[in-house]
Amino acid sequence: MKTVTVMPSKKKKSWAKWTIHLFPIPALVIYGMFVLYPILAALSYSFFEWKGMSRGDFVGFQNFVTLFTTEPYGSMFWNAFKHNVLYFVLQMVVMNGLALFLAFIIYQKIKGAEFFKAAFFLPRLLSVIVVGFLGKLILNPNFGTLNIILEKIGLESLQRAWLGDPNTALIAIILVNCWFGLGFGVLIFLAGFQSIPAELIEAARLDGAKGFTLLRTIYLPLMVPSITIMGVLTFIQSFEAFELVYAMQGSMGEPYYSTDTLAVFFYRLAFGSSTASGTTAIGLGSALATVLFLFILICTTVFLRFANKKDVQM
Amino acid sequence: MKQGAIWTRPFYYIVVFAMATISLYPILLMMLSSFKTSVEIYKNPLGLPTSFSLDTYRTLLSKIPFTTYFMNSVFVSIVSVVLIVIICSLASFYIARFKFSWNNALFFIFLLGMMIPIKLGIVPLFILMRDLGLINSLWSLVFMNIATGIPLTMLILTGFFRTMPYELEEAARIDGAGNLRVLWHVVLPLMRPALGTVVIINFIAAWNDFFFPLIFITDKVKRTIPVGMMSLFGEHSADWGSLFAGLTLASLPMIVLFFIASKQFMEGLTAGAVK
Repeated sequence: MKTVTVMPSKKKKSWAKWTIHLFPIPALVIYGMFVLYPILAALSYSFFEWKGMSRGDFVGFQNFVTLFTTEPYGSMFWNAFKHNVLYFVLQMVVMNGLALFLAFIIYQKIKGAEFFKAAFFLPRLLSVIVVGFLGKLILNPNFGTLNIILEKIGLESLQRAWLGDPNTALIAIILVNCWFGLGFGVLIFLAGFQSIPAELIEAARLDGAKGFTLLRTIYLPLMVPSITIMGVLTFIQSFEAFELVYAMQGSMGEPYYSTDTLAVFFYRLAFGSSTASGTTAIGLGSALATVLFLFILICTTVFLRFANKKDVQM
Repeated sequence: MKQGAIWTRPFYYIVVFAMATISLYPILLMMLSSFKTSVEIYKNPLGLPTSFSLDTYRTLLSKIPFTTYFMNSVFVSIVSVVLIVIICSLASFYIARFKFSWNNALFFIFLLGMMIPIKLGIVPLFILMRDLGLINSLWSLVFMNIATGIPLTMLILTGFFRTMPYELEEAARIDGAGNLRVLWHVVLPLMRPALGTVVIINFIAAWNDFFFPLIFITDKVKRTIPVGMMSLFGEHSADWGSLFAGLTLASLPMIVLFFIASKQFMEGLTAGAVK
């Protein structure tokens, strides 16, 4: 460095010019090693035969064929896929629908708006493990709040082991996830409402628009950008769903795969905790990862393209 | 319509109160339950604990190395956040303040990470970590936190860098300051709001991360809080009291920080989506 300082200014400048290119290097190296490389490698792994953790011969699309045509993998895939779809739909309707409504209420300048925002948001700060156990606490058949409330209001007939019953377990988990994510949606939608120019609403009011007309003609069209963002985020999160299911129902999607999702199925294949044979199936797992990755990528790209026409940016 | 208007306000308040109760109640119940024995949880699930004894907390600390988990979480979170801030400041300074022809492409590549479901790359990641000798090392978690934090952090910092006027920077350059000095002494001090946001999002993500420690850490004494809590339930499934003591301790740092800076938290976590 010392030699540089005594050099003529022209040299010093070119040195400074060169060193600037070092600035993005640490970020690129870490991001490349731990994000880009693994995802690309996972795609390539799906075309090879695997024995445990060591790679064998190139087998083309064999893993994909096995995944979709061999039992129990084929039916497990579609079973989990259906659950992911339900995950997405329920979260869109319940969580985002409610978040949109709550954001609209807060936007009406109610008293205590800051408190309500913070209250809705607080669950978002908890670890998924904590969220999962809180779900188990509330839904516990013996001392869970939900069953106690049902008893108090005389609806004992509805009481059940929510997480032990294949008919309710998945819905229960998705609703726990809605509880977790609600506040985030409220904040996104609130920011959307607040970015609508006040003059526009004034003008519409003067034209005589009220209530639902106002909602339909002014608010909803102008909320499309925030709804799109929440839609995409919810989509990605729904098809990646793993932690909450794993924390609450384990790697088998108890009871009897009724809460299984594609990512949990992938985990079983990749780490062999409970494949049919009890061993790892990295080839199949990678094939599943590839299918899921492309599915998420294609759907979000198409969706954003379509939404872009309505002037949305992500 | 007039009649509707009279009822709308009270209706709004009923809705937000009900939803706020639903949001807060489980967290309160967790804290209350943490002072109860398992028997008390069964007998009197919703009421206040009969005594605020700290027995459950003592049991927790004697059963599992909770302090170790806690220190592991603190180490991983703090080191990750410090390194993310340094690394991303350098990279976003480069992208936002210089006009090299590849900068837009570079930025795009970084942002692409927001759409990559990185969990699907866990097998290559596991093999990579094994080859690097980082399985059962807290550094595997630090690297993952940095790598997965980069896209959103780059988006926020680059956006903020771009809004800043060039004049100050030029003045410093005329005085002979190099790139690092300009970044450190001139630009970064003006970036405090954005840096605060970045620190908060990455800290929450690192503190709560569950997936990577689940895969990379098998050594009991290297666990962070979330995986440690998971094992507590597996091994001592009957003891709900100390389980909730552990969950309360795990959540408390975030909740306390949230009370101190709720505005920054809420702005921080939504910063990536709202532009």
